[in-house]
Amino acid sequence: MGSHGITDRVAIVGMSCTPFREHWEAGHDDLVIDAAQAVYASAGIAQRDVDAFWYGTAQSGMSGVSLAAPLKIRDRPVTRVENMCATGSEALRQAAYAVASGAYDTAMAIGVEKVKDAGYQGLNAFPIPNDGTKRTLTAAAMFSLVLPAYAEKYGVDEDELRRVVARIASKNHANGVHNPLAQFRREMSVDAICNMAAVAGRLSVFDCAGVADGAAAAIVVRAEDAHRYTDRPLYIKALSVVAGDGSGLLDPTYDYTTFRECKAAADDAYAQAGITDPRADLALAEVHDCFTPTELVLMEDLGFAERGTAWKEVQAGTFDLHGELPVNTDGGLKSFGHPVGASGLRMIYEAWLQLRHEVPPERAIDNDRTMALTHNLGGYPGEMVSFVGIYGTEPNA
Amino acid sequence: MRGIISAAGYVPHHRLDRSEIVAFFGSGGGSGTRSVASYDEDTTTLAVEAGRLALRGAGRDAGSGASPRALWFATSTPTYLDKTNATIVHAALRLDHDAAAFDLGGGVRSGIGVLRTALTGGESSVLVTAADIRTGNPTSGDEATGGDAAAAVLVGDESAGPVVAELIGAASATREFLDTWRTPGEIETHHWEERFAQTRYEPLAADAWRDACKSAGVTDAEVTTLIVSGAHARVVKSVTRKLGGAVGGVAPDFAATVGHTGTADAALRLTAALEAAGPDEVIALVGLADGADVLLFRTTDAITSWQPSRPVTEQVGERPGNLAYATFLSWRGAVTPQPPNRPLPARMSASAAGRSVDWKYGFVGSKDRSSGAVHLPPARVSYDGGAVDDAEPIPMADTPGTIVTFTVDRLAYSPSPPVIFAVVDFEGGGRLPVELTDTAPDDVAIGSGVEMTFRRLNTADGIANYFWKARPVA
Repeated sequence: MGSHGITDRVAIVGMSCTPFREHWEAGHDDLVIDAAQAVYASAGIAQRDVDAFWYGTAQSGMSGVSLAAPLKIRDRPVTRVENMCATGSEALRQAAYAVASGAYDTAMAIGVEKVKDAGYQGLNAFPIPNDGTKRTLTAAAMFSLVLPAYAEKYGVDEDELRRVVARIASKNHANGVHNPLAQFRREMSVDAICNMAAVAGRLSVFDCAGVADGAAAAIVVRAEDAHRYTDRPLYIKALSVVAGDGSGLLDPTYDYTTFRECKAAADDAYAQAGITDPRADLALAEVHDCFTPTELVLMEDLGFAERGTAWKEVQAGTFDLHGELPVNTDGGLKSFGHPVGASGLRMIYEAWLQLRHEVPPERAIDNDRTMALTHNLGGYPGEMVSFVGIYGTEPNA
Repeated sequence: MRGIISAAGYVPHHRLDRSEIVAFFGSGGGSGTRSVASYDEDTTTLAVEAGRLALRGAGRDAGSGASPRALWFATSTPTYLDKTNATIVHAALRLDHDAAAFDLGGGVRSGIGVLRTALTGGESSVLVTAADIRTGNPTSGDEATGGDAAAAVLVGDESAGPVVAELIGAASATREFLDTWRTPGEIETHHWEERFAQTRYEPLAADAWRDACKSAGVTDAEVTTLIVSGAHARVVKSVTRKLGGAVGGVAPDFAATVGHTGTADAALRLTAALEAAGPDEVIALVGLADGADVLLFRTTDAITSWQPSRPVTEQVGERPGNLAYATFLSWRGAVTPQPPNRPLPARMSASAAGRSVDWKYGFVGSKDRSSGAVHLPPARVSYDGGAVDDAEPIPMADTPGTIVTFTVDRLAYSPSPPVIFAVVDFEGGGRLPVELTDTAPDDVAIGSGVEMTFRRLNTADGIANYFWKARPVA
């Protein structure tokens, strides 16, 4: 037994992403049609050239029919995928593994979420009938537990740490300004963020991901076929998913300063890709900044910073656009918005653009490394799913 | 010998300063405070808290000890009609499967009525509970003078435990007259003129008193302590004067701090008197509600070794009014503040709740036999070692906890935002991220102690959803 991955056996040859915003004029079907047409154009194929489809949505559709019907996909396998906020990444993982298995030549992964038809602010989970004892806390509040725990463990002043995480939001907003697809294209200063009213612990709404509608898609083929579609394919180096056992909610040794599922997914992905020093080896990372403390902890769980040092690295600008390892160059969930089922593929879209040097110069990274990492998580500290993917322009790199 | 084995009261955490009422409306109110059940309490949860304390005073906690043979619950403000509320109390107290659970109520008189029936009835042991939440219209006398509380009295013969106070006499006098009334669903209690009520209660009380003393074979002078419980201050005062001329002493009431607590009032004040009593004292309890009921007790030597858990006298003591009147009005549904724009909670599933009665109502987790890891909620597969179906139940309701970390959620739905939420580690193992109650954001600190309390989390489709929260250690 073992996790072997499919390094360099599958390549992404086309990608698309709709604008992420409150699409009052576009429904679920419009979003998937727009993302699908754009990804066919990107790969230079027609819908009939796609042999199988993986359709990721957390709660905007059910079954493959929700994709097949608007796209009029006939007589093809369409599978609906759901893994909380890692749904879009999971769709890509399924499509890539299907191609790697030899079952299909060409597969599509598409992720979508239409959240703004609910009439409520924020994201709201579909209620599964239960005994009424489940927590009904917001995700913001669950992630806000990280700040006091981190401050206590590493002896950081809580006010200073509050400014550190505001700097994460400020950085992601600064990156998002230069992204025409992003939901919020406005700079936010650290002071402005810190002055907002707290809504969950010390977090304000500007510590939270934007809530947006959107869709994103990818076409994958066998690596040896990739150059039939594009001169610059992205080779899949690693795909890893870990679903947590929820023990962080039960185990008194859990201290809310790490997400063990993310660490485990990263370890597995680095092993698949042969990466030993991610901070030096990666050109950029797109990580799941659902809330600002999340990105702080992820810098350590993903091995970008030593334990207890991410707060200093954030202040030092290590993860800024022109820092040592740029993180969330497209604005992240914070600025780009977070249509749950689409976000994982949106991150890969940014890797696609950056590694192929297709971003506007204002947000182009300035290193010449060839690999990017994307990271998703869904759930809460103590009980989450996590995804880590690594992609590169060079096979056998 | 039959009588009282243990007794306890539960007075909710919150106090409303009556002067807040006149400050708000320009009328109503008065001096002193009244007790206020929190937004997450109802008469069922109040009864649970009193019941826990009464059983603890009898040497039984959530983990061990004999169950009473029956649970009776009286209230004039039940959460459910048709559905029995006492079965929820039964589940939260983890009473035996073959112990009956009955609601009795409607009238305020049912509070002392259920006590009398238990004391003179046939069950070897009965946990009598009574709870009320008294509201009334804003600025009304009932709003100001009413209070919220519960009391629980464990009644039985000596087979159920040492009797601390024996019933030595009981009598009632009944005559139909219209005094106070309320129709189901109303918060306002209506009153006929109090002077008319006085003309009825005085002779009824005299008759019942005479008959009770005769049945007990005691004279007025032998009565150590007289308790008169009634909603009318004027009537209580006159009856106390008429009956109390020769008695040893008159028990203080809780009007200045708690208010009159409806069905719970008689048992709550009896409990306070028992807590203060030595052996061989005669306590007379007089209830004035649509008639007069008199119960006479003689304390026994066993009262010297009875250790009440959280005495009523401590709970009713003077406390600052910590509750804004606007909050009181919103808790009672008189005003509706704008809630966060979040979906309302879904109703609980009856069948899912039915499978998890021990957890949901009893706060019973599981303990993995091989690793010792405690699971809250109980789990079939252990997180520590993966043992399958090798765990034992572990009752946690009486286990103290410590706040590991906490947050304040101003976005989540709550009947009274914000939600204060903490990660709690329990003594001896076990962790639960759980909501806090009876506290304020600025009063919470990492490392402080908490205890579990049974609460109503929310109501959806008319279904009251109960579970446990943590509160600061009293």
